[in-house]
Amino acid sequence: MIAEAEEVAAARAVAARRAAGRAARESRSRLVAYLAQRMGDVVAAEDAVAFAFEKACALWPDSGAPDKPEAWLLTVARRALWKERRDLARAAAAAPELLRAFEAAEAAAVDAAAGEGGFPDARLGLLVACARPEIAEEIRAPLMLQVVLGLTAARIGSAFLTPAATMGQRLSRAKAQIAALGLRFEPPVREALEPALAPVLQAIYAAFGAGWAEDAAAVDRPGAGLAEEALELGRLVAQLAPSSAEAKGLLALMLFAESRRGARFGADGRYTPLDAQDVALWDRAMIQDASAALHAANAEAGTGRFQLEAAIQALHASRAEGVAADPTLITRIYEALLVVAPSVGAEISYAAALGRAGEPAAGLARLDALSSARVAAHQPYWAVRAHLLDAVGRPAATAYDHAIGLTEDPRVRAFLLARKAMTA
Amino acid sequence: MRVMMTFYETAEEFAKRHDPAAADAYWAAWSAYAKAVEATGMVVSGAGLQPPETATRLTLKNGVREVQDGPFADAKEHVGGFFVLEAPSLEVALEWAAKAPCASAGSVELRPTMAPPSDAA
Repeated sequence: MIAEAEEVAAARAVAARRAAGRAARESRSRLVAYLAQRMGDVVAAEDAVAFAFEKACALWPDSGAPDKPEAWLLTVARRALWKERRDLARAAAAAPELLRAFEAAEAAAVDAAAGEGGFPDARLGLLVACARPEIAEEIRAPLMLQVVLGLTAARIGSAFLTPAATMGQRLSRAKAQIAALGLRFEPPVREALEPALAPVLQAIYAAFGAGWAEDAAAVDRPGAGLAEEALELGRLVAQLAPSSAEAKGLLALMLFAESRRGARFGADGRYTPLDAQDVALWDRAMIQDASAALHAANAEAGTGRFQLEAAIQALHASRAEGVAADPTLITRIYEALLVVAPSVGAEISYAAALGRAGEPAAGLARLDALSSARVAAHQPYWAVRAHLLDAVGRPAATAYDHAIGLTEDPRVRAFLLARKAMTA
Repeated sequence: MRVMMTFYETAEEFAKRHDPAAADAYWAAWSAYAKAVEATGMVVSGAGLQPPETATRLTLKNGVREVQDGPFADAKEHVGGFFVLEAPSLEVALEWAAKAPCASAGSVELRPTMAPPSDAA
């Protein structure tokens, strides 16, 4: 009994720490976005907010947290920013009265905002700024993870297979680019919302994908995976852009995938493909959240790629309710997806879906039509190809070898090795 | 860029080479991986190495030759093989390092090679 009570207390302490961490992170991102918007400088805003958090860590344990912690942090961060500007101005011998006047105006604006129960949420504008066409595509996701979630360059670099120093340089360069663009971090107007959000959502999905790949490392540390960080960004965008169908579609898609995390690997660490997964291990609450997000997405105008992909995952998830997913319906949705957003990944998934629907030969024909240069080093292509070759009774050993050689996760590799041994 | 990709394996991994229950999967994984890397056309050279027990070390201590059998000290991981790659970037080399069978049980090290000394020197 005592041990049980201790366990409960320990679990509560962990939950409390996590909640505090989440709240701090939420505040941090709101403060950075707001200050970056006002100063037009992401790096200065990040530094000032980091300074304010350091002060809080030093003072609050003794003095207790202030009534309005966020307003306190904002004031300290703003002072840090202005001190920096003052020092710069002094060096440049600018008129100090002028600066003081600016500072007073800024302080009044901030106090007014803080007094009205908070300051405006500028995070959507900041996210859109991180995914501007001028910013290289591959740095957009790392940028969002750092600016909005505060992840370190080392953490982000590892997930994206880039050394920490290189990632740090790229992030600095991208932030300098944002500053040079002189953006006001305005959130997109309603008519331009989906096109402005598309690159943001793509970057979030890329982060989720990187998290999926590093799953092996994250398994022992729940809450530490990059997939969960991407999910947090997805939740944030869906909340900040409530009229975007695709933001909700992406959230639904990621939640459906995440709901099956616990079933992907058995207790013995063995990889279990989707069709063989024990539905009792799926996270039902997360599936419900995913369904709710998808329904909400369907209620908005337009049908985008994430919405379609989420719809496919919703059909797979219906197995948890004892309803077998209709494989032919799934192939139809893939056909729609290939019209809306053609991609090699979607082609390969479509081929796999054809296999599930009893048409492995048709699936193979789709794979054959793909350009070999694009798929030569693409693990999913070879894994699906091997599976379909097996299904039609053709030799699959070479395709399995390709897939095995290109696999990163040791458990998936073991699964493919076993499959190959079975067919040989 | 030219990099040397060194595969470090643990004693357990080396043991799989002769364990009847694990040897097939071990060799199949490595052979598939090596083929995949070779298919990229980046491989300049490379080899798998015999186990660390087969190593021979030589030192000259105060002018006295010392030849010893076995690997260096009690390192947890030993080199099991290497590739020298001509890779377009470190990121690409890292992508391939992540796929090495020893990445999860041991580690993979990437190090740029030095430029060959110029003739003028």
